[in-house]
Amino acid sequence: MHELSLMDNVLQMAAEHARAQEATAIHKITMRIGDMSGVSIDALTFAFDVLARDTMAAGAELLIEPVKARCRCKACAAEFTPDSPITTCPGCGAPGATLIEGREIELTSMEVS
Amino acid sequence: MSDSGALRTIVIKESVLDKNRAIARANRQWFDERRCLALNLLSSPGAGKTSLLERTLTDLADSRRMAVIVGDLATDNDARRLNDRGAAIVQINTLDICHLDADMVARACSTLTEVEPEVCFIENVGNMVCPASFDLGEHARVVLLSVTEGEDKPVKYPTLFRTADLVVITKCDIADAVGFDRDAAIRSVRAVCPEADVIEVSARTATGLNAWYDWIEKRRSHAGFGPSPVEHGTQE
Repeated sequence: MHELSLMDNVLQMAAEHARAQEATAIHKITMRIGDMSGVSIDALTFAFDVLARDTMAAGAELLIEPVKARCRCKACAAEFTPDSPITTCPGCGAPGATLIEGREIELTSMEVS
Repeated sequence: MSDSGALRTIVIKESVLDKNRAIARANRQWFDERRCLALNLLSSPGAGKTSLLERTLTDLADSRRMAVIVGDLATDNDARRLNDRGAAIVQINTLDICHLDADMVARACSTLTEVEPEVCFIENVGNMVCPASFDLGEHARVVLLSVTEGEDKPVKYPTLFRTADLVVITKCDIADAVGFDRDAAIRSVRAVCPEADVIEVSARTATGLNAWYDWIEKRRSHAGFGPSPVEHGTQE
């Protein structure tokens, strides 16, 4: 349940950005979450529902865009989309490919007024 | 810019972990300045982190100044187990938080300024999911896997094992009794983190501990911290 800590950070970051833009309310928060980030989107959504109530984002919509993992093989440099968290290269069979996408835990944008 | 009231979009594109990363960088610099090797120890609860550290602190007490930053949800039981072995122990109680973050470690470090440790072990909260995402400013990650846990733990928890620099297989003295399949476990480690070092130990019988101590010294050299001190004036 580190999603609670992460969402706490998201709401702080969101409030800082909103205040910097002299906004008084946050209506929508968009995030990108990689499917190998170790973050559960369900748990993050739950954390948002619990934590947003007493913030500028009370009543806001949370939109989460999942990001598919992409890997680069360390042996043959092929790029591929792994079909499981075990990133074995489908071309040459080398294990442990480098993740080039899929670890994102990003506050992407928001709508404010 | 003060068009307040109108609905507008703000593009941010910042990692939620940026703040943690910045503090982790400062922690790493703090350790670097003191030529202190910082190791983040991670595992499920009960894999033997504290037992390994009990032995380590006792065995290396004469050769290295050490500190342990130990995280648990509650109690100072682990700190009490590690006390009186010549090392400085800082217990962090995270209360309801399931992992250590860089800020908690920064606050713990501020109590270690008098100690000048050469090796700082950071014993994370026993958890194979949440701590994986948080850089603490360590130089290396040590992930423990005990023989009682099942050989496929690395492929079940790849997010954590992928980040391991060293995998320590613990409780090897009871491997036969629990039917531990060593080859299967190593295959499982290799599938997820092929470049990690692997050491097999028993803190109870001391099997394999020298390999663990050698690994610590190797990482100190790798980080540029010794064992032979760099001449004054030649260090960058």
